[in-house]
Amino acid sequence: MSKPKVAFYWCASCGGCEETVVDLAEDILGVVEKVDIVLWPVAMDFKYKDIESMPDRSIVATLLNGAIRTSEQEEMAVLLRRKSQYLIAYGACAHLGGIPALANQFSREQILKFNYEDCPGMVNERKTRPQLHFEENGCSPHLPEFRNVVRTLDQVVDVDFYIPGCPPTPNLTKAAFDALLSGKLPPKGSVLAPDSALCDECDRKKTKPSDIAFLEFKRPHQALFDPEKCFLAQGVVCMGPATRSGCGAVCTSGNMPCTGCFGPTSRVRDQGAKILSSLCANIGPRDEEGINKVLEGIPDPVGTFYRYGLAKSLLRRKVNLPTSGNGH
Amino acid sequence: MVNFKEDIRIGFYVCHCGHNIAAMVDCPEVAKYVATLPNVVLSRDYKYMCSDPGQELIQMDIREHKLNRVVVASCSPLLHEHTFRSATEAGGLNPFFFHMVNIREHNSWVHTDRKEATEKAKGLSQAAVMRVAKHKSLDVKRVPVNPEALVVGGGIAGITAAMALAKAGKKVYLVEREPSIGGHMAKFDKTFPTLDCAACILTPKMSEVGSHPNITLWSYSEVTKVDGYVGNYTVQVKRKARYIDEDLCTGCQDCITQCVFKEPKFEDLFNEGLGKRKPVYIPFPQATPQIVLIDPEVCLNFKRGIKPGQEPVVSDKCKKTCVEACGEKNAIDFTQKDELEEIKVGTIIVATGFKTFEAERLPQYGYGIYPNVYTALEVERLVNASGPTGGDVILRDGKEPKSIGIIHCVGSRDKKTHVWCSRVCCMYSLKLAHLLKEHTGAEIYNFYIDMRTPGKGYEEFYNQLLDEGNHFIRGRVGEVTDWAVTKEEEGKLVIRVEDTLAGVVRRIPVDMVVLATGLEPQKDAQDVRRLFNMSCGSEGFFLERHPKLAPVNTFNDGVYIAGCCQGPRDIPDTVAQAGAAAAEALALIDTGYVEQEPNTAYILADCCGCKSCIPLCPYTAITYDETTLKAVINEALCKGCGTCVGSCPSGSIVQNLFEDDEIFSEIEGVLAFK
Repeated sequence: MSKPKVAFYWCASCGGCEETVVDLAEDILGVVEKVDIVLWPVAMDFKYKDIESMPDRSIVATLLNGAIRTSEQEEMAVLLRRKSQYLIAYGACAHLGGIPALANQFSREQILKFNYEDCPGMVNERKTRPQLHFEENGCSPHLPEFRNVVRTLDQVVDVDFYIPGCPPTPNLTKAAFDALLSGKLPPKGSVLAPDSALCDECDRKKTKPSDIAFLEFKRPHQALFDPEKCFLAQGVVCMGPATRSGCGAVCTSGNMPCTGCFGPTSRVRDQGAKILSSLCANIGPRDEEGINKVLEGIPDPVGTFYRYGLAKSLLRRKVNLPTSGNGH
Repeated sequence: MVNFKEDIRIGFYVCHCGHNIAAMVDCPEVAKYVATLPNVVLSRDYKYMCSDPGQELIQMDIREHKLNRVVVASCSPLLHEHTFRSATEAGGLNPFFFHMVNIREHNSWVHTDRKEATEKAKGLSQAAVMRVAKHKSLDVKRVPVNPEALVVGGGIAGITAAMALAKAGKKVYLVEREPSIGGHMAKFDKTFPTLDCAACILTPKMSEVGSHPNITLWSYSEVTKVDGYVGNYTVQVKRKARYIDEDLCTGCQDCITQCVFKEPKFEDLFNEGLGKRKPVYIPFPQATPQIVLIDPEVCLNFKRGIKPGQEPVVSDKCKKTCVEACGEKNAIDFTQKDELEEIKVGTIIVATGFKTFEAERLPQYGYGIYPNVYTALEVERLVNASGPTGGDVILRDGKEPKSIGIIHCVGSRDKKTHVWCSRVCCMYSLKLAHLLKEHTGAEIYNFYIDMRTPGKGYEEFYNQLLDEGNHFIRGRVGEVTDWAVTKEEEGKLVIRVEDTLAGVVRRIPVDMVVLATGLEPQKDAQDVRRLFNMSCGSEGFFLERHPKLAPVNTFNDGVYIAGCCQGPRDIPDTVAQAGAAAAEALALIDTGYVEQEPNTAYILADCCGCKSCIPLCPYTAITYDETTLKAVINEALCKGCGTCVGSCPSGSIVQNLFEDDEIFSEIEGVLAFK
């Protein structure tokens, strides 16, 4: 009997998620033993046509990481969806949009203009921009189209499961493989991680006072932090209370606050709005001037509260741009 | 209970409210539109949904058309949500399968374009239809009401309310900030328009309160904390140190006679600073309770130079002749400290009264500059037989006035100070004019903007004053000055005024000026508001739940208001309102229970225990369970404000009737309508 086929693919991502698969260390051997990897561009050589020629639903599971920005990424997502029984959004970018989705604060035109004209060090007198088609030495290459916005995988195709994290932690990846191979899968649409917030597994929880009132916010580079005391009690924005647990509190154990990469619990539609509501409600001063002074400690609210979740959030959902297309 | 597999069958009703809604919203058109929405089985428009036939229509339709959800688009839920919930229940459904759309206050009454108002009504109705589909069956819980009551403030309002409750057999705590009850009324000489002696009608009531077995009177005390909810309040009262044991003092006042200060030399606030008192004193002869007190700021047995807010320190430097005089009664205790007492009550009547406008704020009238300018309240003491002059009108310069000007509307009906009419000044000015004339025979000039005498016998009293030969000059006074232009004006106060009836500017020299200062909220009204969780109007008086139909209720069930803390009014109105407040409290006490809205919040097992919600709860209903390491909501304390729900970062707090699903469906309903 042939082994179940598994595919790994990456779209708009940094490659960290690929590392995680390798981070399984010796456990990866167990996985490799039980499955056939049919696609893994970072490690092995496959061509588009190899996948295209496979029968539909012949891949048991595809773990796709990265957000969707270009027409090529969209095409691959659609193709892999068709070929797979389970499509799994792997990592924060596929799950929530991730770091690439912070670009959704700007229009496509702003992004192109900055990168090809205004960016320091750029020399581009003719203001050349990437073209979809062009002629060169008798060849006519095509480039993928740069879409208006960054989307999560489930904003493009139907997704069965999500493995959260930037990147997902090895324990979750291994547990997901175990569930997949044993067939003990949760309901479709589940995030394969616990559904309570990070404080639940953070050792610092016991040091959080129940009458917190923020007088100032400090960023991680601005102070030396007590390695045992709750970050919020130290005036540092920690996304822990608004972030799904399951990572084992790796950041807070390493004396860094949680930045929210696991996304919200299943009960929350907008992670940023939730933590914003919680933190702001607990600001000490009650007058506008005092409140503004406290908030000066958070110079980049979108980057702080929506670092991974902007594409999935409720923000800019009414923007007058079609999600696909390039506005031409 | 409807299980979620059962079909949702919604009945929708849009009310014309006579012309109130129908004039601005095309109701049949709204009904026609809603009929096309998913799950809507039936959609009607009707003239008066709140009428008996309207309510019966709902009940009948529930039975005949097997409805399991009901939506009514009509007025504000504040008015008729209960009506329609009851109709839904009478039809055999859980009352919380009902939802209401406000297309009157939020729509027909505030818009002018009929087409757009109709579109808005459709959008709001669509939101409600989508929301109600997600509604769940909820239970109303009953909580017993503690039959004991608290009355805050011992003026005529508080006295009346406390007596009404006590006579009905309820135990009452009456808490008064000053050393004696009586309030402003105790300072008045006579009352308008009947010229009853204020003390004669008030002091019997005061002693009745002081001796009533059902009333616990705590004077010189302040409420410092209120916890709990309607029917079950826990109240903390600070009993300020009098340095006298209230149980031992008999009110003999020998200590006052024997005080080392032979003459009174300290400012007597009860007499508006016009008289003097000793360090050990009783505010006025009929004070209730008849218990003296010691002012540690001036008593020789206490150290000087104590900073404000700091506890007084015994110096032990006085001969303590007072202690000697007290003798075996042994009631004086210099070591007494403020004490905190906790009481449990079911209802609270707030009757904290008013303060008078500070006349110094209008320097053109010369109060505090010219000694012979008085406020009305000072004159009340001046003409009072138990006042600082024994009822003789002797000015600060020792003379008796031959001419007196009374300036109306000082700090009232004035955009620069207070825009409101203080309601009592015209009448008390007439009363003071009468009394001053009676006492001195002086010429009296009243300077008024409009004479406002809308009360029983008030206009007649005004006519009486006209007959008595008082002068009435219509016009707002420009200034009071001692700058004499003519010989006759020398040594006098000159009132400059435009006589708007004669059309001339006049200068009227007088010996004495009386400023009819208006009524304003107490200085600490905002703190009191927060303490009892009430609201204030923009002018700072406590806000009634409804200006016409719930004038003594507040937005906090179980807390009622009476008297001038709600707005300026005279004694008859105050007494009537105090009675109404007592009746409302009695109704609640005798019902014996309160039904608790089920829209409370609860915490899921998924709570991560981040404690973010705990400091936010305005009702201190959330605690942290040290064993489960999660937050817990005390449902009995929760008022369903939703603060914790909105701020729970992991979405682990759910509020009945306001679940995310319900709210998002409602939003989607509005947004889906184009």
